[in-house]
Amino acid sequence: MAALIGDELLEDMAAGPQRPAQPGWRHFPFWRWLILLIVGAYFVIPLVAALRFTGFSSFPSVVHQEGFPAAFELSVRLAAITTVLTLVLMLPSAVYVHLRLPRLRRLMEGITILPIVIPPVVLIVGVLQVAPGYLKSTPYLLALEYVVLAMPFAYRSFDAGLRALDLQTLVEAAQSLGAGWRTTLWRVLLPNLRAAMLSATVLTVALVLGEFTMASLDLYQTFPVWIVAFDQTSGPISVAASLLALFVTWILLLAISMIGGRRSRRGDGADVSLFSVSRRNTGGS
Amino acid sequence: MTQHTVSAAAPDASSGSGARPGRGLAASLRSVRTLAGLLPFAGYVVLGLGLPTAAIAVGAFQNSSTGSFTLSNIDTATHGIYLHGFETTLGVSVITAIVPGIIGFLVAYAIYTAKRGAVLRRAVITASGVFANFGGVPLAFLFIATLGSTGLVTGWLTGIGLDPYTHGFNLYTFSGIVVVYMYFQIPLMVLVILPALEGLRPAWREAARNLGAGAWHYWRYVGGPVLMPSFLGCVLLLFGSAFSAYATAEALTSGSVPLTAIQIGSFLNGNVLAGQQNVGKALGLGMIVIIAVVMALYTVLQRRAAQWLR
Amino acid sequence: MRAQWPRISEGEHVPRSKAVAAAAIAVSGVMFAAGCSSSSTTKTSSSSTDTKAAATATSLAAFGGMNGLVAAAKKEGQLNVITLPANWANYGTIMKDFTAKYGIKINDANPDGSSQDEINAMQQLKGQSRAPDVLDMGTAFAIKADQEGLLAPYQVASWSDIPAGQKASDATWYDDYGGYVAIGYDPAKVKAAPTSFKDLLKPIYKNQVAINGNPTQAGAAFAAVYAAALANGGSLSNIKPGIQYFQKLHQAGNFVPVTAGPTTVQSGQTPIVIWWDYLLASEVQSVVPGFKIVIPTDGHYAAYYDQAISRTAPDPASARLWEEYLYSVTGQNLWLAGKARPVELPTMISNGTVNKTANAALPAAPAGGLSFPSQTQQSAAESVVAQQWSSVTG
Repeated sequence: MAALIGDELLEDMAAGPQRPAQPGWRHFPFWRWLILLIVGAYFVIPLVAALRFTGFSSFPSVVHQEGFPAAFELSVRLAAITTVLTLVLMLPSAVYVHLRLPRLRRLMEGITILPIVIPPVVLIVGVLQVAPGYLKSTPYLLALEYVVLAMPFAYRSFDAGLRALDLQTLVEAAQSLGAGWRTTLWRVLLPNLRAAMLSATVLTVALVLGEFTMASLDLYQTFPVWIVAFDQTSGPISVAASLLALFVTWILLLAISMIGGRRSRRGDGADVSLFSVSRRNTGGS
Repeated sequence: MTQHTVSAAAPDASSGSGARPGRGLAASLRSVRTLAGLLPFAGYVVLGLGLPTAAIAVGAFQNSSTGSFTLSNIDTATHGIYLHGFETTLGVSVITAIVPGIIGFLVAYAIYTAKRGAVLRRAVITASGVFANFGGVPLAFLFIATLGSTGLVTGWLTGIGLDPYTHGFNLYTFSGIVVVYMYFQIPLMVLVILPALEGLRPAWREAARNLGAGAWHYWRYVGGPVLMPSFLGCVLLLFGSAFSAYATAEALTSGSVPLTAIQIGSFLNGNVLAGQQNVGKALGLGMIVIIAVVMALYTVLQRRAAQWLR
Repeated sequence: MRAQWPRISEGEHVPRSKAVAAAAIAVSGVMFAAGCSSSSTTKTSSSSTDTKAAATATSLAAFGGMNGLVAAAKKEGQLNVITLPANWANYGTIMKDFTAKYGIKINDANPDGSSQDEINAMQQLKGQSRAPDVLDMGTAFAIKADQEGLLAPYQVASWSDIPAGQKASDATWYDDYGGYVAIGYDPAKVKAAPTSFKDLLKPIYKNQVAINGNPTQAGAAFAAVYAAALANGGSLSNIKPGIQYFQKLHQAGNFVPVTAGPTTVQSGQTPIVIWWDYLLASEVQSVVPGFKIVIPTDGHYAAYYDQAISRTAPDPASARLWEEYLYSVTGQNLWLAGKARPVELPTMISNGTVNKTANAALPAAPAGGLSFPSQTQQSAAESVVAQQWSSVTG
């Protein structure tokens, strides 16, 4: 990943002989750990409080509850479809706008922020009013709408990632060397956008696995819907189910990120080296 | 070998030489074809977002039972408790956009610049992904168990003599909502600002240092301006997210703090107010109008922030 | 320099435009979605004439008696219900028993949903095989749904046993079960037993009292405010004292504005809950040992929910069979076992068909008749609550 490479560059530079005496830099690592500690505490303590309530014994029974496997499987299926659709739709569109229609960038930002602001409870009412019958009868209508919900995050990830690249030069270079569109996208741009793609994927999968309102109003029992339905039956088990959901989603996302990370290390250095900071270019940008 | 001319600025060397008749037509055809590249996105937005939004906007002007045109929904939605709801929602959204925005940025920067931090980065990114979508009843319960009147942290604080409830804090009010909202706003910020941090070339930091700039000067003149457009964009995202958040506040305060999303819920899927769904749609339309105004403001800010970059 | 870069073969054919590729994927995605609709298929047309006949049946006579109805329902094979949690008035057992008796599968959608959700589902899923067949909703919603022509008239076999003021004149909706607003408390955390709304204002109940949700959204919470109004000099046309009561409760520091439920009682956050008596029994008492339920002495407010059949029900015969089942002695007694008061209770008591143990287990009903707010009174009360509820916590 480009981030990893930049990291190692920092290490090289920090170890170099030219390091000036800068009190600010030496103290920074302390601030970093302080922030992480405080914020980490803010996130972990409520989890501990909830754990105190459920106790560890509730967890095994969660998996055996009626409806759990089906609900979980449905959510995972929807997550996979939504992620693929989102990446296929948003990545080329973001690249296209940055490349050919830079004046439309702000409009794109504006459009992609709308799904966030319209509350899901309102959106699903509108969707169910206009959706055709054959779509309404499948849960995949949800997947199509989740793409809309994921749009803001995916676009912002790609937008930020693309801003960090010298897109015009990369593409021109690739084109001048005879690469067609598909090759440019696949072998030149994608490797440089790994961080953005990972961020977008993580956001989309987590969104689908956590989305409740639209699924429940569309009358499909996805995993979050199942958890809330269970809250009425048993308090400790329901809270245990939510904690379990958090944990399982996290593991899933870790797996995704590891797959993404491993591939980048195995990929050709040639795709990445010229236009991102690399070890060889210690002479500066 | 078929080739596409890529950038508008590239010379037409590959299209061959010679005079091309009908230059104006070719140019406009080319711009149509340029726009056509956005067709899938545009189509998706129109179908998945535009149509439902239009349905809502139309419904806002219709009488809930007869369907005839009326302005009474809009009238209800802009007065009394519903106006108050908009004000409170705006307040919550602004605060929970800026504060978590800053905190999230600090966290993102902290993990981004960590040496040998690949594992840390991966763990934080994925955890952020999970927490950014955590909300509703489970989140409310988490905080009731922590900061409620018999909560874990309340107990600790009372033990050291600092009972928050006697000092004016109450989880079930505006401030409580802000504290709880940060739980999903901070991770959201971390996730969306991280790709932007890659735009901060480490070489710039080194160059600044070589020129004698301290951390403050670096951020004031180099890092800040470079990141500001992305930072503003992310804060806008957080604003939108807080603006439309519903389940968490509802579970936490049961509507005792007037928030527009909750009020919409009571019209569109409630058990008390029968047959007034279109007031809910009018409120929804109000939210869309507000975000349009905020977007306009944001555009102005963005232009100013990105000025020096172009 | 060229040698350093990966070579692209000359004849490589690339798509002219990403737009085509993306569109192809999107379209195939949609077709995949449509083609793989595994969860619900449209019914074959062979039973369409039966379905049409069943859809307009207004009583058992149209089926030629109970056997005809059972046969027609079995042919449909399924029943779509909505917003019926398993531990709400014993619905879990009722649904299981129904399936065991008739072999008809029940699909329970959105168990946590609201009455408005039911109306929305009827309208938005019209024509789908997933659309709800039968509904259980608040009276205000049943009336609205009737006004919009969404309900089918039907008179169950025991129609005459339902009191006249508790069913629609055009037989589109009919009360099913109800209960009183009650105070439930956990004796382990609440040392002095409260018996009335006035009691709850005492300082010993600091940070302990909650209602089940937002009165502008949750029926039980709205009823709690109404009951408080009746206890404080208000009436069915004047709910303001109820709001003022909760203001006082909040100022005393006793009111916890969370949505109370079994979980918040178990965790000790809300040891006292004002809710429907039957829900306190089935949802909280079942998980909190020793939980006590009393009907407040100063404010009696009861409400019944209503059954209705959707006019566009995909399984009209099953829907009608379900209603017959619910209003049979078995069905009514099952509701009674869930600590709810079935609408035919007075008749069953005089007939002797009531389940005596279940009846005895109910909290003592206050003497005197029941009065319900009229549609006008209710709408007026709803607006007052909607406008003023947030003033409760300032």
